[in-house]
Amino acid sequence: MENKRTGKVINVNANMVTAQIDGFIIQNEVAYIIRGHERLKAEVIRVRANHAEMQVYESTQGLKAGDLVEFSNELLSVELGPGLLGQIFDGLQNPLPALAEKCGFFLKRGVYFEALGNETKWDFTPLVKPQDKVLAGSWLGFVPEKIFKHYIMAPFALNGSLEVISIVSAGKYNLKHAIARLKDANGHIHDVFLQQSWPVKIPIRAYAEKLRPHQPLVTKMRLIDSLFPVSLGGTYCIPGPFGAGKTVLQQLTSRHAEVDIVIIAACGERAGEVVETLKTFPKINDPRTNKPLIDRTVIICNTSSMPVAARESSVYTAVTIAEYYRQMGLNVLLLADSTSRWAQAMREMSGRLEEIPGEEAFPAYLESRIASFYERAGVVRLYGGDHGSVTIGGTVSPAGGNFEEPVTQATLKVVGAFHGLSRERSDARKYPAIDSLISWSKYKSFVKAGDQEKGRAILRRSHEIAQMMKVIGEEGTSLNDYIQYLKGEFFDFVYLQQNAFDAVDEATTEERQVYLLGFICGILDSEYKLDDKPAALHFFQTLRQLMRTWNCAEYNSPEFERTEEQIEIFLEEKKIRKAE
Amino acid sequence: MQKAYTNIIQISGDVITVEAEGVGYLDIAQITTRRGVSLAQVIRIDSKKVSLQVFAGSRGISTGDRVRFLGRSMHVATGENLLGRIFNGSGLPLDHGPLLSENMVDIGAPSVNPVKRIIPNKIIRTGIPMIDVFNSLVESQKLPVFSIAGEPYNELLARIAIQAEIDIIILGGMGLKYDDYLFFRETLNAHGALSRCIFFIHTASDPTVECLLVPDISLAVAEDFALKGKRVLVLLTDMTNFADSLKEVSITMEQVPSNRGYPGDLYSQLALRYEKAVDFEGAGSITILSATTMPGDDVTHPVPDNTGYITEGQFYLKDGAIEPFGSLSRLKQQVNGKTRLDHRTIMDTMIQLFADYRETLEKQSMGFQMSDWDKKLLKYGLLFEKDMMSLKVNIPLENALDLGWQILADCFTPEETGIKLSIIQQFWPKE
Repeated sequence: MENKRTGKVINVNANMVTAQIDGFIIQNEVAYIIRGHERLKAEVIRVRANHAEMQVYESTQGLKAGDLVEFSNELLSVELGPGLLGQIFDGLQNPLPALAEKCGFFLKRGVYFEALGNETKWDFTPLVKPQDKVLAGSWLGFVPEKIFKHYIMAPFALNGSLEVISIVSAGKYNLKHAIARLKDANGHIHDVFLQQSWPVKIPIRAYAEKLRPHQPLVTKMRLIDSLFPVSLGGTYCIPGPFGAGKTVLQQLTSRHAEVDIVIIAACGERAGEVVETLKTFPKINDPRTNKPLIDRTVIICNTSSMPVAARESSVYTAVTIAEYYRQMGLNVLLLADSTSRWAQAMREMSGRLEEIPGEEAFPAYLESRIASFYERAGVVRLYGGDHGSVTIGGTVSPAGGNFEEPVTQATLKVVGAFHGLSRERSDARKYPAIDSLISWSKYKSFVKAGDQEKGRAILRRSHEIAQMMKVIGEEGTSLNDYIQYLKGEFFDFVYLQQNAFDAVDEATTEERQVYLLGFICGILDSEYKLDDKPAALHFFQTLRQLMRTWNCAEYNSPEFERTEEQIEIFLEEKKIRKAE
Repeated sequence: MQKAYTNIIQISGDVITVEAEGVGYLDIAQITTRRGVSLAQVIRIDSKKVSLQVFAGSRGISTGDRVRFLGRSMHVATGENLLGRIFNGSGLPLDHGPLLSENMVDIGAPSVNPVKRIIPNKIIRTGIPMIDVFNSLVESQKLPVFSIAGEPYNELLARIAIQAEIDIIILGGMGLKYDDYLFFRETLNAHGALSRCIFFIHTASDPTVECLLVPDISLAVAEDFALKGKRVLVLLTDMTNFADSLKEVSITMEQVPSNRGYPGDLYSQLALRYEKAVDFEGAGSITILSATTMPGDDVTHPVPDNTGYITEGQFYLKDGAIEPFGSLSRLKQQVNGKTRLDHRTIMDTMIQLFADYRETLEKQSMGFQMSDWDKKLLKYGLLFEKDMMSLKVNIPLENALDLGWQILADCFTPEETGIKLSIIQQFWPKE
């Protein structure tokens, strides 16, 4: 055993502390600053001669020059194992409920708990036997966790072919109990536990190959699924000015998205929003499994008033947990809100390190950090042949709502879909406030490509006419153009917009979207006998109201069918039949 | 412990650097100068060189002055004895009352564990339809008033404070004009509210840096009351002055500025204060209303911009009224579903129609012919501005909803409003 390396604090500058040390220093290793009974976690981010510059994951109030610093030899890591689901952690994977139990209303610095409690015994079933050859990440057995088979995997850190020396028989074991022994090519023996740890900033690569995302992820948001879809294993970003509804959008996605597991990374945002998720998810049932939503959710929460440095670790902690569940062949959705806060945390540190600033004082490595984060998404084929995926959706909070700023631009370069929110739409109470004229997606939707194109076309055309009308006035616009304009508005109102407060309208299933979009495209394609502009306006206003009632009716319920019939009758009256 | 040092080696802006040992980050020190005693706070330690921001400003400090470290962070007295009292930005009495030193609490206490928060669920009724109907204020909300300097934002804050049903009002004034301070005092006094008020006043003529402590002191006192079960409303005016002071200190400390000279941690600094708004399970609550003046009416200015990302909405005060666009209460859906069945319908419909009215207004100003629909909208818009938007209106929420239906019925047919049939049948005014 080597001696513990220690150093002494020499500088304190907000959350950056410099320590002087005689021995070697490892870049990105974890260190603890000792102040009285408190041990404050920090990470080495720059080494200069015998000075280790560290970002401290806690408040540095009261630290003094001369305080002792202990270096740990380890990179910042998370614990991976059964028991993560339904938990709420801070950015350092400290379980917040346990902290609340011990410290009461307030967070207390320097108090760390084990991420996964050791009390629970898990019902383990082995899948391999001695002499089997396995690889890092291979499934050795499983334990039941909530609704899933939680596979216990050979440690990701091992290399090459491994031989199973021994494995325990089926039974109940706790996390610290060795369940198997593996021998690597060099003859070294490794114990395997139900839990393993992994450094957060390094992607888990224990899979056969990475594939192109192709299967649509159903968010049940019509505008997203039909016009700007996201694929399982894809990436997307939601930039928008404050108040445009980024968080509401993320919250509803976390509820309705058809994935196995949702990881919510609340990074530098309001605590109140996390609380809402926290308190409502145990009460809402996931229609797919009929179990509370919290059972498929992990929350990583480092809200805006919590220490800044831990914001950075919170997104990495989240993506590492996402990758871990992906290794079990599950589809995981990671929602990061907001990546700008993480970028700002980098900027704060960069400023304290006195690095030469890039645009808007963001560090020069901003783009590469953002890119490597989103690149951790993807669909993978595991060694066993199963597929798993991590989808990453990040919100961006651009300063002044201006998408030209560095974080938005760096993000747009690496994501597969862009859902840009606009202040105009949110001011007009149009939800979701995704601007269909600027948004894009590289992924394929489940709706018919023709219908999708028709929808986009009418929106573009309607917008053009609206712009034109601003110049030449309504009276200068032809009736035909005016109807096109109304059709675009109508499509926006009854299809793209959803009522987030209506139990039915807030989420539309795949089947219903395909049906509804087909129905509406029928209306967009048809010509109606409308004598003048007021008549046209009245026609679409009435239709709009009928459709809104329809949208709020349960799919295929009597009310749904009744309203559909009403709409059909209304349309028939005015429809012009073209000579065949 | 309380060692005094006299070797001040640098004075730059309102920051002094002294050679000292054993000093904790963010500790408080007293500097004795010819002008008196001032408080200062450690903001950087560079081995033996300790930099402090001096709250009374550095003017007149000599390199030979005594700096005595108190060996602790900033504390403030709390409790019932503060009620009705007026203090300055450092927590010293301004009203010739006694200096208080009981129940001292640390103003830099850690933040609330998110799992210990509860979902806000109590509406604060203000009698202002633009708030109650369209952007309901909720207990434990943090909400700024965005406006240009000339708008009556202090009047609005005072009015909400008087009408809201809360236990204690704490006013944190930063760079407050003396007139405005007198206005608050007189208005609250006239409504008999002074005895449940505590003032922490930093006026425009006080040293700039002194206002940095005002939000922390106000909120620390508020937190203490909230933990004892009181419902506290904290008014912070004007947070732009607070941000400007942060800027001043950070530039002095030669930090790389991020945007228009403001420090890169402006967001975190503001969030640290605003996030103190909380509803404690089984205890009281803190609601924060602040004023944020926008230089040049520019909402993309770093201060309102960062504030908007932190707070749970904002009231946008323009031309003496709360503007429906740009104003937002993010917590309104927690309360407006259980006030009255038609609340959300009225809220959404009236705003959407008002947006249409604004468009029509634009068309009208460009000289286009007005269609029948346009004329209806124009009529509607004027009624809305007069009966709903004006800050003169002071009616309970339910009356405001009834008024909303009346305005809609005066201007439109039911289907023109796009409201669901079931709601129309129940609420549309009968002839």
